[in-house]
Amino acid sequence: MKRWTAFWSIFMKDVRTYYLKPPNVSWGIIFPLAWTGMFFIRAGHGLESLTDVLPGVMAISILFGTTSVLAVTITFEKRQRSFDRLLLAPIPLELLMLAKTGGAILFGIVTPFVPILIASFLADLSGVAWSLVIPAIILIAIVSTFLGLLIAVSVSQVFEAQTFSNFFRFPMMFLCGLFVPIMSLPVFIRPLSYALPLTYGVDILHGAVHGGNIMSLALDFPVLGAFCLGLFALSLRNIRRKWIV
Amino acid sequence: MASTSDLPGDKRAIIEVVGLTKRYGPVLAVDDISFDVITGEVFGFLGPNGAGKTTTINMLTGLGRPNNGSIRIGGIDCTDNPKAAQHLLGIVPDESNLYPELTGFENLCFCGALYGMPRQEREGRARELLREFGLADAGDRKFETYSKGMKRKLTFAAGIMHQPPILFLDEPTTGIDVASARQVRQIVAQLHGQGTTIFFTTHYIEEAERLCERIAFIVNGRIVRSGHIRDLLQPVQGRNVLLLSVSRSGTSLCEEMKIAFPEYRFQPTSPGQIRVESTETIGIAPLVRLLEERGVQVTEARRRVPSLEDVFVEVTGIEADMMKKDKERTGGGAANQ
Repeated sequence: MKRWTAFWSIFMKDVRTYYLKPPNVSWGIIFPLAWTGMFFIRAGHGLESLTDVLPGVMAISILFGTTSVLAVTITFEKRQRSFDRLLLAPIPLELLMLAKTGGAILFGIVTPFVPILIASFLADLSGVAWSLVIPAIILIAIVSTFLGLLIAVSVSQVFEAQTFSNFFRFPMMFLCGLFVPIMSLPVFIRPLSYALPLTYGVDILHGAVHGGNIMSLALDFPVLGAFCLGLFALSLRNIRRKWIV
Repeated sequence: MASTSDLPGDKRAIIEVVGLTKRYGPVLAVDDISFDVITGEVFGFLGPNGAGKTTTINMLTGLGRPNNGSIRIGGIDCTDNPKAAQHLLGIVPDESNLYPELTGFENLCFCGALYGMPRQEREGRARELLREFGLADAGDRKFETYSKGMKRKLTFAAGIMHQPPILFLDEPTTGIDVASARQVRQIVAQLHGQGTTIFFTTHYIEEAERLCERIAFIVNGRIVRSGHIRDLLQPVQGRNVLLLSVSRSGTSLCEEMKIAFPEYRFQPTSPGQIRVESTETIGIAPLVRLLEERGVQVTEARRRVPSLEDVFVEVTGIEADMMKKDKERTGGGAANQ
């Protein structure tokens, strides 16, 4: 019970101090809005093609939403040493990091509903398999957050975290099938696509929104889950090695 | 080793450290140190900047991993599992590390929650501590708006929020004003009176002498001497010390004085200061006369009762004033009055 009191307090503190702050709220709304507008217009094949770009816009909103805030906040807390206070608390590191990333995951889950809301006014979404979209959004939010966490615990400066996260994020926009189908990428680049977690999340969304998945959902979900566990375990290892020295 | 074997039988070690070693690459930060801290005592850990005080605290509290040695806290082996005893510990770090965007009250409540305190209990305790530390009127203000002294006090309050049986204080009075430092010392004494075990690092020797029961001197990662204050002071008791402030000092001048007064020991302690030591009473007038004959002006002659500072100087070869100035230059302030 005591551990959960600590968990809840860390989670709520982060939600209040970071995610509910006007700059982040506006980032969470304006950013997906901008991507939505840009890609919906760029699609240029009429409103019926909106469903083709919707999965990519949802995924990019989650990816940028989660990694942007998390990479900065954890690095910042580590630099000003308030993160040490958390490391000194009698709670397991796993629970502590889940509490620290909980706010980002929640933020990531909420942001794709901006493009979904806009698309619902412009296109017919009655064929969308929401029972697949929701778990996919949750898993993409988790995997993106843990990717942000891994970046945050691998650097020591806030600007490094931002640079490093861009190093991952922008290539993922092109390599993970968000807007450019993986099958249309050069053959020698495709293995890189399959090595990135977002590929599997986006594939589920394509399948759920317009039936355009290229892999089996029975493969996508476990692989995405494995990426979540792997990235989290790697982050914990880095914290133990680099921050508890 | 700061051994507990000479203590009454009912006093048991709550912190037991054996052969603790920490390396950072080629640098040996802590070199095979061993000591015990007794339940309910104030244990002082004294040393200059970079001696290994904070590294030791980090290893004891779980922020650092030792390369060698063992740590037991409250009977729990924490060497490989630093989390195991963290519920027993309160930590006041050498720098304020609370959340700037939270108010004083929120910061304290948050720290209480980290130790699982229920909401009502932590809110009551936070109000109590804000009152006790004279911060009641600032409780609703954001931490970032606090002065340095206020930040230090709130950081201290955060460390004792959950009423830990063991408290680590890392230079708690460094960089704060005289009144705040005095208040912090009063609270340390009060906590000691309530039975809290306190592990106290400082570079203010007088402060350690006033508050601690036992002390370990650490220099270059090694404990060079440790024990009860009365035992540490014994060798210097009966000595007479005179500090002369002079227009110029130096080894050659001291050598000249030694020839004239072979019964005294002369040491240039800092530019413009000579320390005279003897087991006999030191006559000031002949010394001043000799110096003036050599063209040296004496601006002050001050007799001093031998203190822990003399023990420290003797053991470490480091002048205590220099250590204080060094700390103040690297971010601390003068607060030891």
